[in-house]
Amino acid sequence: MDKFTVVEGVAAPMPLINIDTDMIIPKQFLKTIKRSGLGKNLFDEMRFNEDGTEIPSFILNKEAYRSSKIIVAGDNFGCGSSREHAPWALLDFGIKVVISSSFADIFYNNCFKNGILPVVVSPEERDALMGDAEKGSNARISVDLEAQEIIRPDGTTVSFEIDDFKKHCLLHGLDDIALSLEKEKSISDFEKKNKSQKPWV
Amino acid sequence: MVSPKTLYDKIWNEHLISDESGTSLIYIDRHLVHEVTSPQAFEGLKLSGRKVRCPDKTVAVPDHNIPTTGDRSKGIENIESKIQVDALRDNANYFGITYYDVDDIRQGIVHIIGPEQGWTLPGMTVVCGDSHTATHGAFGSLAHGIGTSEVEHVLATQTLIQKKSKNMKVNVTGSLGEGVTAKDVTLSVIGKTGTAGGTGHVIEYAGSVIEGLSMEGRMTVCNMAIEGGARAGLIAPDHKTFEYVRGRAMSPKNSQWEKALTYWKTLYSDPGAHFDQILNLDGSEIAPVVTWGTSPEDVLPIDGKVPDPKEFEGGKIEAVKRSLEYMGLNPGQRLEDINIDTVFIGSCTNGRIEDLREVAKVMKGRKVKDGIRAMIVPGSGLVKVQAEEEGIAEQLKQAGFEWRFAGCSMCLAMNPDQLAPGERCAATSNRNFEGRQGRGGRTHLMSPAMAAAAAVTGRLSDVRNL
Repeated sequence: MDKFTVVEGVAAPMPLINIDTDMIIPKQFLKTIKRSGLGKNLFDEMRFNEDGTEIPSFILNKEAYRSSKIIVAGDNFGCGSSREHAPWALLDFGIKVVISSSFADIFYNNCFKNGILPVVVSPEERDALMGDAEKGSNARISVDLEAQEIIRPDGTTVSFEIDDFKKHCLLHGLDDIALSLEKEKSISDFEKKNKSQKPWV
Repeated sequence: MVSPKTLYDKIWNEHLISDESGTSLIYIDRHLVHEVTSPQAFEGLKLSGRKVRCPDKTVAVPDHNIPTTGDRSKGIENIESKIQVDALRDNANYFGITYYDVDDIRQGIVHIIGPEQGWTLPGMTVVCGDSHTATHGAFGSLAHGIGTSEVEHVLATQTLIQKKSKNMKVNVTGSLGEGVTAKDVTLSVIGKTGTAGGTGHVIEYAGSVIEGLSMEGRMTVCNMAIEGGARAGLIAPDHKTFEYVRGRAMSPKNSQWEKALTYWKTLYSDPGAHFDQILNLDGSEIAPVVTWGTSPEDVLPIDGKVPDPKEFEGGKIEAVKRSLEYMGLNPGQRLEDINIDTVFIGSCTNGRIEDLREVAKVMKGRKVKDGIRAMIVPGSGLVKVQAEEEGIAEQLKQAGFEWRFAGCSMCLAMNPDQLAPGERCAATSNRNFEGRQGRGGRTHLMSPAMAAAAAVTGRLSDVRNL
């Protein structure tokens, strides 16, 4: 996994609430056995007509936002299915940060496993950042994980909270399976105890 | 004195391996695997030379994109679906995991076969790369969906890195009226909390209505906890739970049964345990409901009218405008005046024997209206056979339903069972998202009884007035 430090650029505004994982990557693209190549189908049904042509009004089809690395989204982004294809598609498109006032739980966790930073801000801060994002190429924002702050186009900052462990893993691009396997002895001890106390498990 | 604990606290503590700086490593007792969210996880294991730590705690079954018609032993026509199912079979063989193949009678939707085979037991931690894993919480187990990276993590370590959720209680008191079912309860709860109301929480469902439900009904309730944003939903096990579990293939036997039972009887929230949020609902006020929009929180009693976006606040106003346009509905339209084209009965929410019995009861002496496509997709091979033995299958076929093989089918429409653009469906599944049942397809969620009523009249209908 790539290390996450600072991401800077134009942010795409998506004020719609409850953007679900079916919208982010519709199920017909889940038949892959790979993690890569999903970016071209990101937001497929919102982004393309049935004949494959672009829907010009969709935000990521507009010139200013075609290579956005950041999305500012309405409440409860990523609700619905647990499909990790959602963050895979975002990442493959080039999205490294999603900012919203809340995220669905499983999606939030899945982001961290793929080097994407989901940033939770207050509804007021989200609205302010949405306003910045709507200014298009005239307004670049910067997200600094180490400092835990978003720098707005006018230079003011919005700070955000993040779990220390998740931050550490993201900053260093760590594989958490390897980290958990370092606790092999604790896991084995747990299993031994379990076997005697709950042999049916 | 020990402080009172919730059921969730108890299960959590029992599975805690280590607890550092707010991030905990918890042990996973059961891991259910299906074809869509696992291939990348198995590939990851192979690439890093890791093995499955506990093949005996892991079970694999194809369900999401297998066809539900025709002779399934001939294989899958869609090449991408075939590759995924083949990959699951190969991976299960390679890593030594129990696998129920498409032609095995035990095959079915992963959340239906887990309990059916006794893989799911009270007090366990259960995970699966699918958000509806919450279903298993009906047994008083801590069950939740995970992403593919976490699937790989569990395969390799039999653990998960977790942060403890908050406790929420949903208390449904009183009793349910005629024609009101578990599906109406769970949809009504989401209608109250919203789809993000449970975010960061584990919900314990309690109260006389929940106690009165069968295990099937409790599974329906917990299944949709995720639709309320909760990490998991659970219900304290009782005599109904123990009776359901007893004698299942993977259930404990003999002296182990007694030992397990003793432990299971300690699984309840202590009096005075702290809940961060409590929602009280009077069961007698719950009506048969349907959804009108593209979010499971868009719930109204069947005698209601399509709402006006102006009745909402904030971001919901735009969302409602968008969903009414997508659904082809106008504010003020009576829900009972909405005509449907398709009826889908099945899914991990409502694909169990009790659901099919409910449909059979409503359909007695009645027929599917001409021109309506109505399909029944049993949740598992065993549910299908049981319904055939009980005569339900024959009755429903005679009434005009298609009788399918087990799978997820039109709940998420990964297989050929899909809605055409603009087609409108009365569905017993769990999500009414845009495009969920096929691009441009329009979904109204409801109970099996209400879906049967819609099949009879060709429009959304109150089963009580049929």
